[in-house]
Amino acid sequence: MRAALDTAAYPDTSPLLSVRGVTLQYKTPKTLVMATYRVDFDVFRGDRFILLGPSGCGKSTLLKSVGGYLAPTEGTISLKGKTVTRPGPDRMMVFQEFDQLLPWKTVRQNVMFALQASRRLYGKEIEDRAMHYIDKVNLSAFADSYPHTLSGGMKQRVAIARGMAMEPDILLMDEPFAALDALTRRKMQDELLSLWDETRFTVLFVTHSIPEAIKVGSRILLLSPHPGQVKAELETAATPEAAIALEKRIQHMLFEDEIARAENV
Amino acid sequence: MSDMLTHGGSGHRKQAAVVPRSEVVREPAETREFSVVEKPLSLFERLYNQAWIRKVVILVLLAGVWEIYGRWLNNPLLFPTFSATIEAFFRSIASGELPGKAWASIHVLLIGYACGIALAAVLTAAAITSRIGTDFLETMTSMLNPLPAIALLPLALIWFGLGNGSLIFVLVHSVTWSVALNTHSGFLSVSNTLKMVGRNYGLRGGRYVLQILVPAAFPSILTGLKIGWAFAWRTLIAAELVFGVSAGSGGLGWFIYENKNLLDIANVFAGLFTVILIGLAVENLIFRVLERHTVQRWGMQS
Repeated sequence: MRAALDTAAYPDTSPLLSVRGVTLQYKTPKTLVMATYRVDFDVFRGDRFILLGPSGCGKSTLLKSVGGYLAPTEGTISLKGKTVTRPGPDRMMVFQEFDQLLPWKTVRQNVMFALQASRRLYGKEIEDRAMHYIDKVNLSAFADSYPHTLSGGMKQRVAIARGMAMEPDILLMDEPFAALDALTRRKMQDELLSLWDETRFTVLFVTHSIPEAIKVGSRILLLSPHPGQVKAELETAATPEAAIALEKRIQHMLFEDEIARAENV
Repeated sequence: MSDMLTHGGSGHRKQAAVVPRSEVVREPAETREFSVVEKPLSLFERLYNQAWIRKVVILVLLAGVWEIYGRWLNNPLLFPTFSATIEAFFRSIASGELPGKAWASIHVLLIGYACGIALAAVLTAAAITSRIGTDFLETMTSMLNPLPAIALLPLALIWFGLGNGSLIFVLVHSVTWSVALNTHSGFLSVSNTLKMVGRNYGLRGGRYVLQILVPAAFPSILTGLKIGWAFAWRTLIAAELVFGVSAGSGGLGWFIYENKNLLDIANVFAGLFTVILIGLAVENLIFRVLERHTVQRWGMQS
């Protein structure tokens, strides 16, 4: 992988992304909301790192903060030792919303524009790289289609191709499959895993689905809600039996408060 | 997925229904067994589906009604017939008078339109970069948008004298506010996701505005341009009618005014006809084509 060559100077033994004691707050018109409280975790190269938690645990906010859209009120986020201060093409986002593609550009132009705008590549290389990744997500036949003519799953695949074409240090995925139907979602999860087998990119993936976390992830960070705090950091299961056990374990960890409360009543 | 994994636990739901039934698995029928999958529509239906054909039919009917009423009234001083108007129209075109006047109007209009858009761009740029700019634009727009441009003409005549200066002033006023208002509201309605995507690419400042905000807000910008054009065209003709009397060359408004004074009513109608034709041409040729190649192709407007 080319990105791996570019960044060869950075040792694999230290974390690629390091989140230290990050507290995030954001303002609504009436209140100041604390989204996460002193969250710590490390992502290493090649990780499929999952942020898992119920809605309201601040996992999306945390991802946006890693993306550079929101500065932590406390703690630091650093990528390859450098503190994250603003959005940049070294951390490509894949959003949940289907409108993340630029509607005035075709599939090919969308991927190419990311490379041009961020000045990652020049000239002929841009198109070659774009088509390489469009081909990887099996959309070569639709390279000249406009996004509004594509299905939801295809749009998400373009967004993934665009993110991967930039060959970022880390790919940030914010519930990318949440708006898809169940069948397409399973297919996309499989495709993402086979893409990972080929290129071994690093991904930070937000989801609220326990099965998705177990299937897609290699390491899972469990967050508790209101505000988000680290509950556990787990390895994923290797076998189907272990997956079922892990799902039960996570379910228990996420809902034990509720169970305890229910028992006290 | 979760229901798949927990399926084993729900076995007790598999109780037999009242009537026992066997499972059914079928192959889909061969395509050649269907008599019709797709069939072209009839010629009339296809013609009727064309909007321009329907509109031409309406225009022909209107022209017919006009001709019949004109002949029945038989008073060319009040209401010339359609054929007399068309005749006067082609006579004025052949003599070069009408094209000359039309060009004089369009020339002033284009200058005013361009200046108005430039001013709108500056105001909108100020509005998206600072909060005070937003307040300025909102206050100015709410104050000046309802003010008819033609009401400023007496003032313009004092400031800029007779001639194109005054015309351009009122034109700028009629274009700027609608374009600025629509562009600004377009920028505000650009989805948060698209904005985040643009910043993810590392775009900032002018490149961010030109490459993300402008295309994303293009439907609104186009609407603003269309409204601005319609306002400008009306304002111009009205302004020419008011003070065309003393302007040397004069435009279409002056042509209408002059022919009214000569009691050549067929020519007055020909002048009005030209005003309509130019308005239609710009709407249908320029803006429609622009729309088809941009917002419609991008699926931002059906």
